[in-house]
Amino acid sequence: MTSDPKKLSCAEFQAKLPDLIGSGEDASTHPHLQNCELCRALLADLETIAEAARQLFPGVEPPDEVWEHIESAIKSDKDNGNDSGLARQSR
Amino acid sequence: MPDSPAHPQGPNRVRPNPTTGAPPATGVNRPAHYAPANPPNSVEVDVLARAQAGDHQAFAQLYSLHKRRIYSLCLRMVGNIAEAEDLTQEAFLQLHRKIATFRGDSAFSTWLHRLAINVVLMQLRKKGLSLISLDEAMEPTPEEGPSRSFGAPDLTLTGAIDRLALERAVADLPAGYRLIFILHDVEGFEHNEIATMLDCSIGNSKSQLHKARLKLRDALRAQGRPEPQTQNRQEAQL
Repeated sequence: MTSDPKKLSCAEFQAKLPDLIGSGEDASTHPHLQNCELCRALLADLETIAEAARQLFPGVEPPDEVWEHIESAIKSDKDNGNDSGLARQSR
Repeated sequence: MPDSPAHPQGPNRVRPNPTTGAPPATGVNRPAHYAPANPPNSVEVDVLARAQAGDHQAFAQLYSLHKRRIYSLCLRMVGNIAEAEDLTQEAFLQLHRKIATFRGDSAFSTWLHRLAINVVLMQLRKKGLSLISLDEAMEPTPEEGPSRSFGAPDLTLTGAIDRLALERAVADLPAGYRLIFILHDVEGFEHNEIATMLDCSIGNSKSQLHKARLKLRDALRAQGRPEPQTQNRQEAQL
């Protein structure tokens, strides 16, 4: 494996990508990309996917029934003696 | 669940607060995109302490603080409203049973997410997915992995991705990849927080996220082709 970033093969560059991206550096300035259309396209695609992810699955509130069921289950726990560490601590 | 994070945690600020003037998120390494999740503050610390002491009202407040994120995580993972409601209920029931064991070694939100993730993975296993543990969820089988990208430079995604197409592709990801992608790119957790939740290394979290994105890229590119995706397609790219 070469140590010159410009001379990295695509395989070598792509092996470094997870760390490069995860480190918070601007991966698009990596020397390998100056002459590699393929890896530039790959990085552009990954950026597009990451950006699009931010629009996915808007957060939603559970319906009120969920809390009612939780309260009911907690009561059942207590009635059955399957009490929580929480309750033990409060005694 | 033991309260034993693998990595020390800072405050659970998974997204920059718009009110602090933090720069907008760009690129693949800045997941920050919407309001801070549940930054610990004096109110929550007090509520948590009272809930641990058995105060039911305080537990109800904790539920109100975290229900949206936990429910959304469950829904994103299973894609079914009724199932997500059941999983949310189970996660908070587990929380009630175990809250006294939380020692504050990690952010409470991280700890709660880890608990909820375990509940979700248990459910996926019950549904027949080959998930036994978080370790296995983190290690999809080789045939589930993304193809490498050393060829086919003409097949790139265009600037905008159809949201529904991406949601479908995410839903089709192996559960381990889906989990990492949702936690990081959708929920906005940092790699150190994900590593704590999944009891893996930060490097593993980065690597799995990268593979998840590659896998999504494969799927989205395949959707743009006239012919259906086949296994030979991936082999041809290698």
